[in-house]
Amino acid sequence: MDKKRREFLKIAGISTLAGLGAPAVVDRLITGSYPLAARAAREVTPGEGAGDQASTAGHGSDTVPSGTRYGMVIDVRKFNENPAMAEACIKACHSVHNVPDLAEKNNEIKWIWLTGYGNAFPDHSHYHKDENLEKNQVLVLCNHCDSPPCVRACPTKATFKNKDGIVAMDYHRCIGCRFCMAACPYGARSFNWQDPRNGLDMNKINREFPTRMRGVVEKCNFCVDRLPRGLQPACVEATGASKAMVFGDLNDPNSEIRQVLKENFTIQRKPALGTQPSVFFIV
Amino acid sequence: MYDRGIIIPGLIIFVLLVTFPIWYNHGVAGDVPKPELPKDSKKCVDSVNVMRSKHMQLLNEWRDEVLRTGDRAYFELEGKKYQKSLQNACITCHTSKKKFCDTCHEYASVTPYCWDCHLAPVESE
Repeated sequence: MDKKRREFLKIAGISTLAGLGAPAVVDRLITGSYPLAARAAREVTPGEGAGDQASTAGHGSDTVPSGTRYGMVIDVRKFNENPAMAEACIKACHSVHNVPDLAEKNNEIKWIWLTGYGNAFPDHSHYHKDENLEKNQVLVLCNHCDSPPCVRACPTKATFKNKDGIVAMDYHRCIGCRFCMAACPYGARSFNWQDPRNGLDMNKINREFPTRMRGVVEKCNFCVDRLPRGLQPACVEATGASKAMVFGDLNDPNSEIRQVLKENFTIQRKPALGTQPSVFFIV
Repeated sequence: MYDRGIIIPGLIIFVLLVTFPIWYNHGVAGDVPKPELPKDSKKCVDSVNVMRSKHMQLLNEWRDEVLRTGDRAYFELEGKKYQKSLQNACITCHTSKKKFCDTCHEYASVTPYCWDCHLAPVESE
């Protein structure tokens, strides 16, 4: 009996040692292969560094340079000179897309709206801003990010990035989970808590564009329906010849928008988040 | 069997009541829907039978092409150009939802939610 107990203890001791030792061995094996991974990571980093350099050189250049990528430049100075123009833009957009005007703030649906400078650009906001920025509001809309967090959050692929860079919505697929609203750092998405037709005058509605239904999330679509018809986005059209808003292909070096970006200092909303917005502001 | 006099007539009444919808409507299929066809145009996107049985698939295909792949190419019918759109194409000919869509949908007891978002044609009456 004694002998058996002795053998049992021996085996138990060896097993314990093996059990404790195994993770160390596995760790060694992993660290053995680790330098490879580290090297791979280091090989990637210079590329990113180049991207960073490009982004300091110009906002639009740190994106894939192939295909179309629609973007917009908003000249806030011109809107400050003519505050009625912003209202006209909002009205144009909301009437073209049948965006309801619901009285309560909770139910508000907005595709393009005015917000304070500090809210729009918390990264660029500081003490003693100039009078124009203090007093006036900035016209903001969905940024149609190059790496849109809302698209990553959507569980049904109801929101997705088009080939032309537009972050679009397929309301047929939207289940109203509002993950995209939580993911969007710009508050560009609105949820239909009630039937949006409650806030629409059904006699004055644009009959070429649908409304939405209760329980879906909606946002600016960069006038994806108007572009193939050769039209500019409704808001851009509303600014007329003032050039307060310039819309175009960010990947086309000869486009008007690229000229504007080349000639002006522009800022983006919350660039540090890495969403790479397609909407630029001249402030 | 005890209470035979109550149980058997009771069972018969029960079975009759439960099967009431079957024998009451036996042999009657209800009025066959007669959707009102457009007067000015004779040709639809596809043949009558295909449209009758597959229009919902066609609408889904159009939706996916337009929204997902961005293929908004127009198609031509009887010399007129149309968008791939329920709201901007179908209802230009089928000008009444009540007299066209609803007739069959009510008969087949289906309630598609197209019109929750898409704007139905303004009924003329």
